[in-house]
Amino acid sequence: MNLNPVPPAFAARRLTKRFGRSSALKEIDFELEAGRCHVLFGRNGAGKSTLLLIAATLLRPSSGEIFYGGDRYETLGDEVRRRIGLVSHQSFLYPDLTVVENLQFYARLYGSSSGEEEALLWADLELRRHSPVRSLSRGMLQRLAVARALLHRPTLLLLDEPYTGLDVVSSERLSTRLSDIKGETAILLTTHDVDRGVALADRISILEGGRIAFDATGATASEVRRLLLEIREIAK
Amino acid sequence: MSSYPAILAILRKDVRTEVRTRQMISSMFVFAVLVLLVFNFTLFLDEIRAIELGPGILWVAFVFAATLGLNRSFAIEGENRCLSGLMMAPAPRSSIYFGKLLSNILFMTVMEIFVLPLFVVFFNLSIWELLSPSELATFFLVLLLGTVGYAAVGTILAAVAANTTMREVLLPVLLFPVSVPIVIGAAESTRLLFDVDPLSSPWIWIRVLLVFAVVFLFVSWLTFEYVIEE
Repeated sequence: MNLNPVPPAFAARRLTKRFGRSSALKEIDFELEAGRCHVLFGRNGAGKSTLLLIAATLLRPSSGEIFYGGDRYETLGDEVRRRIGLVSHQSFLYPDLTVVENLQFYARLYGSSSGEEEALLWADLELRRHSPVRSLSRGMLQRLAVARALLHRPTLLLLDEPYTGLDVVSSERLSTRLSDIKGETAILLTTHDVDRGVALADRISILEGGRIAFDATGATASEVRRLLLEIREIAK
Repeated sequence: MSSYPAILAILRKDVRTEVRTRQMISSMFVFAVLVLLVFNFTLFLDEIRAIELGPGILWVAFVFAATLGLNRSFAIEGENRCLSGLMMAPAPRSSIYFGKLLSNILFMTVMEIFVLPLFVVFFNLSIWELLSPSELATFFLVLLLGTVGYAAVGTILAAVAANTTMREVLLPVLLFPVSVPIVIGAAESTRLLFDVDPLSSPWIWIRVLLVFAVVFLFVSWLTFEYVIEE
């Protein structure tokens, strides 16, 4: 009997991704429940970013299946990308365009003509709306990248180390925003910031060598730190 | 979602970026003028030789200059990995190709509008006197087909080259051999139009141009999604 009638926002079955001879992901099974926040921890090269890029449809799996809302990706077509927002290591913002021009461009790309003002307000960049993106600081750029990813109100938000480059206030603001949208939006987040990650997470996983080494709900920050150290020792 | 909003958004964004930076059109224009100048001062053509060689020189200037612009076209998508942002749009990924294609055609056309009068002056070829109104219309058709054909193959090869570390070198190496039918077709049909022999007809070469432009567009539409994926 299925106790959870809501299909997962994103799921992967026996997912493998190879780059030449090396495998970034090795037959992993993964599920992100709708409206929940799932945080991925792991060392650099563990496969976290690869999983996010596959979930974002920017990488094709070598084998395995992926599902969005219970439907196979192949059956959903291009429209599935309307559900997805991605904050990557790169901002996806055009340096020669202004802050507001970038937001307007991405709104048009998603067939919408509103949301820029709200995004500017959240990113705290109203006073810099006519500044070229090239002139923004790293923290401002990161806030704008998050605002861009949320512009079309995705139901699946993917964030790859979003706290990188943010000051304490901006990090708090981002955590608050993510807590606010949780429920409506499923969040898959990778981070090395254990405290912030655990505070947000409904579920955590630790990836190591392309496999899920640990997966649980309710783990504390100290448990995660201990597990990360143990996994590192075993991997040596 | 249909492709049109994404195509128009990309075209509009590229035009806005170009208006702000003026990098693409200005570099294409300067390069085309330099090519014309070099040929003008090295060949010393009289009117008859100018009719024979001028069309080839004109198209060499156009395609060399256009290659500079095509390189820049995907370079701006590489900064901050904006291409991934475009790939996240809920539209067929071929709409990225058509958006970039339209902006490349627009920028090449603007460059040609500025370069053509200089060609007339440098080579003392009065196109308006040399060509009848119908031939003039055919000449503009050749310009259009040559531009569309070269941009069609250039846009997809620029996307291929953009994913490599030697982008600036790779694009001409890939593009020049593949675009030979377009360049020859455009140069030959222009030469036959300029030719005073009443029996010369450019239409066989115009058909070649049309066929290659359509083939390049079709193949690019089919393959673009695979080209831009890592």
